[in-house]
Formats: sequence, structure tokens, C-alpha cells
Amino acid sequence: MTHDIKNIVHVSHLKKSFKSLEVLKDVSLDVREGEVVVIIGPSGSGKSTFLRCLNRLEEATEGEIVIDGVDITDKKCDINKVREKVGMVFQHFNLFNNMNVLRNLMLAPVDLKKKDKETARKEAVEMLGRVGLADKADAYPHQLSGGQKQRVAIARALCMRPDIMLFDEPTSALDPEMVGEVLEVMKHLAHVGITMVVVTHEMGFAREVGDRVLFMDEGRILEEGAPEKLFESPENERLKAFLSKVL
Amino acid sequence: MTRIITTYGPLLAVAMGQTLLLALYGLFFACIIGMIVGIMSVLESRVCRAIAAVFVNLIRGVPMIVLAYFIFFGVPYLWNSILGIGGLTLTALQAGSICLALNCGAYMAEIIRAGIESVDVGQMEAARSLGLPWWRSMVRVVLPQAIRTMIPSIINQFIITLKDTSILSVIGFPELVNTAKNVVAATFMSFQTWAIVGAMYLIVILLLQRAAKVLERRLKYDA
Ligand SMILES: Nc1ncnc2c1ncn2[C@@H]1O[C@H](COP(=O)(O)OP(=O)(O)OP(=O)(O)O)[C@@H](O)[C@H]1O
Ligand SMILES: [Mg+2]
Repeated sequence: MTHDIKNIVHVSHLKKSFKSLEVLKDVSLDVREGEVVVIIGPSGSGKSTFLRCLNRLEEATEGEIVIDGVDITDKKCDINKVREKVGMVFQHFNLFNNMNVLRNLMLAPVDLKKKDKETARKEAVEMLGRVGLADKADAYPHQLSGGQKQRVAIARALCMRPDIMLFDEPTSALDPEMVGEVLEVMKHLAHVGITMVVVTHEMGFAREVGDRVLFMDEGRILEEGAPEKLFESPENERLKAFLSKVL
Repeated sequence: MTRIITTYGPLLAVAMGQTLLLALYGLFFACIIGMIVGIMSVLESRVCRAIAAVFVNLIRGVPMIVLAYFIFFGVPYLWNSILGIGGLTLTALQAGSICLALNCGAYMAEIIRAGIESVDVGQMEAARSLGLPWWRSMVRVVLPQAIRTMIPSIINQFIITLKDTSILSVIGFPELVNTAKNVVAATFMSFQTWAIVGAMYLIVILLLQRAAKVLERRLKYDA
């Protein structure tokens, strides 16, 4: 599968149902290398489901999803290999509670034999430094604040050197005073050119960092475009209603 | 009382040893059965889950004394006479161990299943999202957390199984209760004998509980 421009993500006509409930109804999206795509939309519109389809935490019901040139809807593809290159950050952090911060970061690189222990440790420590938590290497997740947990989760994903990072409402479970520190880290990632798909309710972040914003409602992308255009002159009625509520 | 202890003390101590031996064999295989069946019951495969459910319900639905008779008398009879293959004899220790392993294994499977299910699904998802295969995620992330929550129930089940060894006196295994019956028959001192036997069980079980507490404390993450 090759494309003219290098698309890291290529989704076409994706549909996803849970039993009889159709959650995604024909979603298509291409993400270029280095692009930051922000997805906004009301609760229950299918944003999380869409994101989770991109690393096959949910199986697509219909349609095509190509990540890094691999069709992941193909049952025979090696999904674990693809996932190594797709980092995911969850709303509730999901740090491994049975490991300290350093081992959280080292688990996948070492277990998947990407790196030997010493290299993995060095890179983990360096990555912790980059998210401002060099002093927390030995702490356990339950000893960290929400903002710190989320920054560790981001560092953990980055240790696999992903080609793309998926964020599912990374700041929604945080106390307001901790939102900023996580957004700062994400902004930094955007500036160094990491490809990102971000589901968020942080409109300020979407506007500042997003290259493209998608508005999703009832399982469809109803409008998409540059942040200025979407926020200043929305066309879709539902988007207008949504923005009047959240802005 | 003292006469019983001085005369029959060594005998009862040996019998307690037999009880512990039986319990140990039973528990060892119960852990293996419990682990396998417990994990089968959280697999995606319907067939595996169905097999696990049938096993657990079957064992839980049959009194252990019936299971003991069935394994000790029924299975060799089936093998040797009905099927006519012949050559199968089970010692009381073998039959007893199998019986305990099956019985305790079924309950262990339920404890392990519940333990695994008590771990937030986000833990598995996070591990999978990093590219770890299901099995590695289970071993490195989910099971270590599940086992921590399971420890009290597992110890509790160990204690129940230890006490259940007394049921196996019915197939003639010389464990504590069986031996005590003989002591009572010889001395007619049933009050003294059963009091001593009760105390012996109690002491072992109290020790087991202490060990469990220590273990639980050791398993704290930031210890
Ligand atoms: N595993 C599941 N089984 C059944 N239904 C599900 C499942 N996951 C999600 N849904 C349903 O799919 C719909 C979309 O859910 P999704 O979590 O994708 O929405 P969302 O846009 O992320 O919402 P939010 O902003 O609240 O996170 C909802 O109606 C939800 O109830
Ligand atoms: Mg969501």
C-alpha cells in the first residue's frame, strides 16, 4: 500500500458497531507525517472508539485502516508490531501499578527485545527528564499526582519511539491546576514534529497546536479544517451548537 | 489427657504429618489446575471458557465425599472392570490428592478468575497498546496485580482444603481424624482425644494465617 504523500494513517469508510449499536458510521481520515489532528465532539459521539480502532483495541466492523503501510483490518497482520509504532495515552493514565516509574518505561522496550536493559534504562531516564520527572524514577504510580502520572504515561509511550501518538482525553481526569503541565509536554511533542491524533475538550490546545481539527458527532466527521476556520466560522449547525456550549 | 499425649502423641504427630502431606500434594496440583482453569475462564475463546465453567460447576456441585468415593472406588472399577483395561489401583494418598486437587482447584480457578477480573482492563489495554502480546501482558502486568488481591482468598481456600483432608478418612487414608478414631477405639477417651486433635488443627491453621499476613505485607509495592 503506497500513497503519494506519506500518510501515516489512512482510514477509509470505517464503520464500527457494538452489537446492534452503530457507533462509527463511515469515517475517513488521512494523517500526514508530523501533523497534529485534534478531534472534538460531544460525549458519546464515538471519538474514543475511533481512536481505539487505530491500534485495534477495537476491531473495525467495516472499512480500511492502514497504519504505517500496514492494513490492520487484515486479520493476518502482526498487530503487535504495528502497536509498537503507535503510542497511546489514556484518559485514566493506566500506568502499571505493580511497577515503579522506571520499570513502567522499560517494560515494553526490554520485553520486546528492542533494547538491552542498560540502554533501555538510560533512555527511560532521559525520557523522564524530558517530561520533567527525572526525580520520580523510583516512585510507584500511587505516589504520583494525576498530572505526573499522565506525563509518565506519555514518556512510557515515547520510549517505544512511536511514529504516531494517540491521545484520548489526556487531561480530562486531571484537576484543573494539573492540566497545564500535561498540555505543555504535548505542545513540546507537537513542536518537535511528532505525529499526533488528539481527542480533547481543551479548545485552547486545539487552536494553538492543531494543524487540523475534526468535529465528530453521532459517529461521523461532520466538519474538518484548520482550527481558525473551524472555530471562527463554523458551517455545520451541530458544530455551532457544540462550540457555543464549550467556548 | 497426659496419658493420651505421652502414649499416642507420636502417633498423632505422624498422622498430622500425613494430613499435611496430603494437603500439600492436593494444594500443589490445585494451584496448577486453578491457574490453568482460571486463565481459561478469561480467554477470548468460547470453547475454553465453556470447558472452564463446566469443570468448576461440576466440582462445586458434587459433595467432596462423593468425589472421594468416586475416585477411589469408582474410577478403578470403571477402568478395570467396565472398560476391562485393568491394572489400575489407586492408593488412598493418590486418590485423596486427586480429590483435593480437583475440589480445591475448582475454587482456586474461581478465585483466580475473580482476581484477574478485578484488575482494571486499562492495565491490559495499556500493555497491549505498547505492542506486548496478550500472554506477556498477562504475566508481566495483570497477574502480578491479581495475585496480590487474591492472597487472602487463596490462604482461606488453603485452610478449607487442609480441613477437608479429614473427609478423606472415609477412604482409609491414615490422616489425623482416621488415626484419632483408632485412638478413641483403643482408649475410650473421646473427649480428650478429640480436644487434642482439634487443638492440633487449630495450631497449624493459626500458623498458616500468620504466614499469610507476613506474605501480604511483603507484597506491598513500595516495600
Ligand atoms: N465496549 C463497548 N460496548 C458497547 N458500547 C460501547 C462500547 N464502547 C463504547 N460504546 C458506545 O459507543 C458510543 C461511543 O462511545 P465513545 O466512548 O467512543 O464516545 P466518546 O466520543 O469517546 O465520548 P466521551 O467524550 O464521553 O469519551 C457510546 O454510545 C458508548 O456507549
Ligand atoms: Mg471518550
